Amino acid sequence: MIRDAFGIIYAAEEVPNLRELIDLRTIAALPIGGKYRAIDFPLSNMVNSDIRSVGVIVSRNYNSLMDHLGSGKEWDLSRKSDGLFILTPFARRENPGVYRGEVEALRSSIDFLRKTRHEYCVLAGASSIFSLTYDEMMRFHIDNGADITALYQRVPSGDQAEGQNNEVFLDVSKEGRVQGIEIDPVSTTLTARSLKSYIVRRDTLIYLIDDCYSKGEYRFHENLLRNNLSRLKIMGFEHKGYVGVLRSVPAYFDINMDMLDPTVREELFSSNNLIYTKTKDSVPAKYTQAADVKQSLIANECIIEGTVENAVLFRNVHVGHGSKIKNSIILAGSVVGEGAELEYVILDKDVSIRPGSRLVGTRNYPVVIRKGAMV
Amino acid sequence: MHRKKKTVAMLLAGGQGSRLGVLTAEKAKPAVTYGGKYRIIDFPLSNCTFSGIDTVGVLTQYLPLELNTYIGTGSPWDLDTMTGGAYVLPPFSGGGESGEWYSGTANAIYQNMGFIEQFDPDFLLVLSGDHIYKMNYKWMITAHQEKGADATIAVIPVDLSEASRFGIMNTDEDMRIIEFEEKPEHPKNNLASMGVYLFSWKVIRKHLIEDAENPASDNDFGKNIIPAMLAAGEKLYAYEFGGYWKDVGTIQSLWEANMELLTDSPPINLYDEPWRIFSRNPNVPPHVVDADARVKGSLICEGCEIFGTVENSVLSTGVIVEKGATVCDSIVMADTRICEDARVDMAIIDEEAVIGKGAVIGKANDPGQEEKEIAVIGRGVEVAPGDKVLPGTEVRHDS
Repeated sequence: MIRDAFGIIYAAEEVPNLRELIDLRTIAALPIGGKYRAIDFPLSNMVNSDIRSVGVIVSRNYNSLMDHLGSGKEWDLSRKSDGLFILTPFARRENPGVYRGEVEALRSSIDFLRKTRHEYCVLAGASSIFSLTYDEMMRFHIDNGADITALYQRVPSGDQAEGQNNEVFLDVSKEGRVQGIEIDPVSTTLTARSLKSYIVRRDTLIYLIDDCYSKGEYRFHENLLRNNLSRLKIMGFEHKGYVGVLRSVPAYFDINMDMLDPTVREELFSSNNLIYTKTKDSVPAKYTQAADVKQSLIANECIIEGTVENAVLFRNVHVGHGSKIKNSIILAGSVVGEGAELEYVILDKDVSIRPGSRLVGTRNYPVVIRKGAMV
Repeated sequence: MHRKKKTVAMLLAGGQGSRLGVLTAEKAKPAVTYGGKYRIIDFPLSNCTFSGIDTVGVLTQYLPLELNTYIGTGSPWDLDTMTGGAYVLPPFSGGGESGEWYSGTANAIYQNMGFIEQFDPDFLLVLSGDHIYKMNYKWMITAHQEKGADATIAVIPVDLSEASRFGIMNTDEDMRIIEFEEKPEHPKNNLASMGVYLFSWKVIRKHLIEDAENPASDNDFGKNIIPAMLAAGEKLYAYEFGGYWKDVGTIQSLWEANMELLTDSPPINLYDEPWRIFSRNPNVPPHVVDADARVKGSLICEGCEIFGTVENSVLSTGVIVEKGATVCDSIVMADTRICEDARVDMAIIDEEAVIGKGAVIGKANDPGQEEKEIAVIGRGVEVAPGDKVLPGTEVRHDS
């Protein structure tokens, strides 16, 4: 990249609408696309931008995330200098370990920010799934003399999701300047949805965090950004490729299904921006003579003896003889017994579906079966 | 200074594998793909890891580039430990002497005695990179110690009718080897050498030096070292292995070994949780099956995109089967594209090939025939649209 940068991934976002899927894991550890976890996308984006130092801020339920990231070797971040840093909550007098907002989380990681010798900070969340390198955005940031550059996506008017989804919309002027911010708007004319990824100089960021914190303000968008709209030059940079937002269970469902679309696959997994993940020594997927698979994404180690249509199968899923899986997402290690039928179902990891059972959800409210359950 | 190791393994990976024809035109046999995502060498390397042997010298010679890159530090097999590792050992020129190619299997070990001595091992395990099998060498080492043997050779019972293709061990009741016959015309026994030799280091060291000093020797384990040890009255024992072992040294046997994986209960269990065959895992998304595709009785790797029909076949990473194309009873290696309406039947297609639109490969030219020979398409070959490649033919990349 044209400027020396380090990364911070905020992996502690709370998205209650993801229901059971985030009971046991943080959103960043959410399995996606057959073999990935949500954090693989921001992390790979950074690594592909030549960022060699990444801090990951976690707050709760980060066990599975830690297990996934390990030493960071799979992202080439297990290095002698720099590399991957897991920034866990550090309970102290003024902070019991539960963050009141992103600013407080950043503030508790201030030592990491102070210590690093890189000039620029690339911030990203884990709830927006997209693939890019930050080179162009960095050039835009420098060329415009911006204090902060926000990455956004244009959504068609009327497509702005409603409800408490932690969605941030930006009012971006013709010149690209961010003039206003709306958070979870009830109805809005704004079409620039923030991808919650920012470029900012490290010293500016440290100042802004301290400034915010001293006023008892803890939220990044509501306080740090909105309070400084006129004081700072905040620019918006548009990302034109595919974006999936993990805002609810149906959205989670759609993002997985989107990966069946060749255009989306090309935009997410193109060879010049590979998405890295923890790889496993898994056997190739096996289809028996009875297998009948259409329009599906299938990971390694699956054994398919039944019918699968419009589905995403993660690693090591066993589709029993004569079973039918339609419009469903089956996470790793699950077993669908002989003759079982599933439609609009999300099976979390290691679920067993007894032979002959039938589970049917709807597109807007898929049935979600908890990790490890026997049904 | 290296720590002392009980056992050092030396993997003979220099084999040209000339009977694999065009498949080994650009790479050594141990680097040949098997079962979609594996290379033959993954098997002995994984076996070493699971047998607690973390020091493995890999002897390369023939077209070593691909193999060297593949092995790297040995991290995919967990061999990049503090004191062990996978060491790629190409022929080198030593102090004052002119550089030498390995003249035979024993010479390859002889030339690397310095490497082995660093570890001051009790045992030397000599492996070949030519076979598919899962074996715990630990048990073999235990048997070797119990018998007080100088050498232990792993053997597998084969059909007596086929025994003349192998190195055959004639043993007494105690499994002590009394005679070794390389590809005997009239075999007296059916215990075939698996190419897995365990030696007490001090004993084999002496024989390697003697062999190297003998100008008449071919410096080969089977031909020279074993007979010389027998003649010297050393204690050689056969160790019978009961599992699956397959030599994939010919087009036919490579094809068969792959097809065996497609059966309902394959003879080799690749799903064995504590005994995973390790491999370099590519960074590609899961495979996709399109709405009009049809896949049956097959093994499909990550990164494949299937729009056509695939039956009874093994597809490696990143293979694309376009609309209307059919692949049947075939092995397709990584990143090959089968274009629209092409028909592939009874074929092995190496990496990065392109089978042009409507091309007809192998048995698809004459589907009525019962028995047909396998058609082989080399790495990077582009078969022109509509072209025919007949059964039993081999197409090479001419550049």
